[in-house]
Amino acid sequence: MKIVVCVKDVPDTESNIRIASDGKGIDPESVTTVLNPYDEFAVEEALRTKEVKGGDVTAITVGPKSSEKVLRACFGLGVDNGILLKYENFTNDPFVTASVLASYLKNNPFDILLFGKKGADLNNGQTGLMVAEMLGTPSVSSIIKLEISDSSAVCHREAEGNQETYEVSLPAVFTAEKGLNEPRYPSLKLKMQAKKKEIQEIEAEEISPKTNIVSMEYPPKRPEGKVFEDSPDAVNKLVEMLHNEAKVF
Amino acid sequence: MGNSLFVFAEQKEGKFKKVAYEALSLARNLADELGSEVEASIIGNQVRSLAEELKDYGADRINVVDDPSLKNCPPDLYKNILAQQIKESESRIVLLGSTALGADLAPKIGAELGASVATDCISAELQENRLTVLRSVYVSKAIARVSLENEPAILTLRTNVLPINKKEGKGEIIKKEPGDGLPDPKVVMKEIIKSSQGKKDIEEADIIVAGGRGLKSQENFALLEELASLMGAAVGASRSVVDAGWRSHDDQVGQTGKTVSPNLYIVCGISGSIQHLAGMSSSKYIVAINKDPDAPIFKIADYGIVGDLFEVVPRLTEEVKKIIA
Repeated sequence: MKIVVCVKDVPDTESNIRIASDGKGIDPESVTTVLNPYDEFAVEEALRTKEVKGGDVTAITVGPKSSEKVLRACFGLGVDNGILLKYENFTNDPFVTASVLASYLKNNPFDILLFGKKGADLNNGQTGLMVAEMLGTPSVSSIIKLEISDSSAVCHREAEGNQETYEVSLPAVFTAEKGLNEPRYPSLKLKMQAKKKEIQEIEAEEISPKTNIVSMEYPPKRPEGKVFEDSPDAVNKLVEMLHNEAKVF
Repeated sequence: MGNSLFVFAEQKEGKFKKVAYEALSLARNLADELGSEVEASIIGNQVRSLAEELKDYGADRINVVDDPSLKNCPPDLYKNILAQQIKESESRIVLLGSTALGADLAPKIGAELGASVATDCISAELQENRLTVLRSVYVSKAIARVSLENEPAILTLRTNVLPINKKEGKGEIIKKEPGDGLPDPKVVMKEIIKSSQGKKDIEEADIIVAGGRGLKSQENFALLEELASLMGAAVGASRSVVDAGWRSHDDQVGQTGKTVSPNLYIVCGISGSIQHLAGMSSSKYIVAINKDPDAPIFKIADYGIVGDLFEVVPRLTEEVKKIIA
């Protein structure tokens, strides 16, 4: 079974960010990057599928040369092959990313194509579904369970409280939601081997973006709060403030 | 490309999502600015009777596709119908809700039409005749202003952020057929188990009472349930209690859960990790109850009580009872 997982690196969600001097993005020096948390579920599902069905797992990323770091992280988890679709002037526009991926995948067939449901960086949640659409491949988003048989898959998703079950013929595209699995930790041995593993590098064709980030700002500061110790009249005080100041009752 | 605005008025079980009204209100404002019209689209099974209402929220034309094949169908069927309608209408701006369905439809329609897409927007305006939106990025640590370079410009709107305005539109109701939108046989819905009736959707709730590890057990969430039901609130949860299986993932607020913007967010026994704050920091009022005075949640709270939630919450419930009595 040919299993492909598309990944990206994002700033560690724990780290603070600093907005870059041009005011259009964040200063890369201010963050450490990690494999996108939702992509961890996608990679894990790819590896588990291989363990059950055989075949190999290829991770693909789009971006400048420095993005290959995320492929090495995938090798450390047990991914077999890594492909960098090199795009030096990468602006993180989902349409561009999807087009670059689709033009590669069009000529490189797969059985299962996995994505994280969104990136913890720009929070778009578009790329996987766009790729599916561009390739004309069936897709199910935000899955929490995947069972693969030979030519089809049954998957589960939660949508606003409803539990939905779909059957999809392969090849198919899935985007991974939290709850799909419990991602493994990298193994030391694989991590050592990952350093020497070859990454296939393919120059991507530049495409004009459909969206542009004009500026970026910190969220507005919230006003100083009124915090007090619990006391016999603390709750009355709180309710009074909610009633008179916030007017929520 | 025409000049009109297109709104997907999403309904569930015969009721519009709150964000459908919010999107229509925004569309009406933009249409007035542009001197153009608003086209709304209702799709589903037994939805015809809903159309009339949209006239009061500024819809000039209301497309209705009412067909039994749309009961419990995969999102692709909606996508086919909408993409067709958007093409025919030559709309320049398309609005959807940032719901499970909207999140699925926008990128797919965008890829099909070669459109610009921005998801989970918290505002939208025209700048030099180009649609510009604000979006939360980097786990809500920054807000990006994004311009949509191509038309149609498709955006999904976060629920509970923009106002609902009543304004009369022309309200012409147009019955349409599903057309070529037959279900893609490659994706088949096998089963749907619907959520328990009457459960409040946390994304639409005006008030949320949220709990975390500080509740100490699954059973103790009854304390929050009681307070919530008095106020007509929804109950939210932190990641750790969802991971522990105490609450469903559907109730999780935060980076790997939902992003909510209620009028009032009462947060009990949640210390306030970066990931949790990402999901609720745009709430209008935040009330924190926590026994740890150094809990990060107090840094963003408007009001806070440092104390034992098992002492404070029952008294709060009693006070609320008095007020609403």
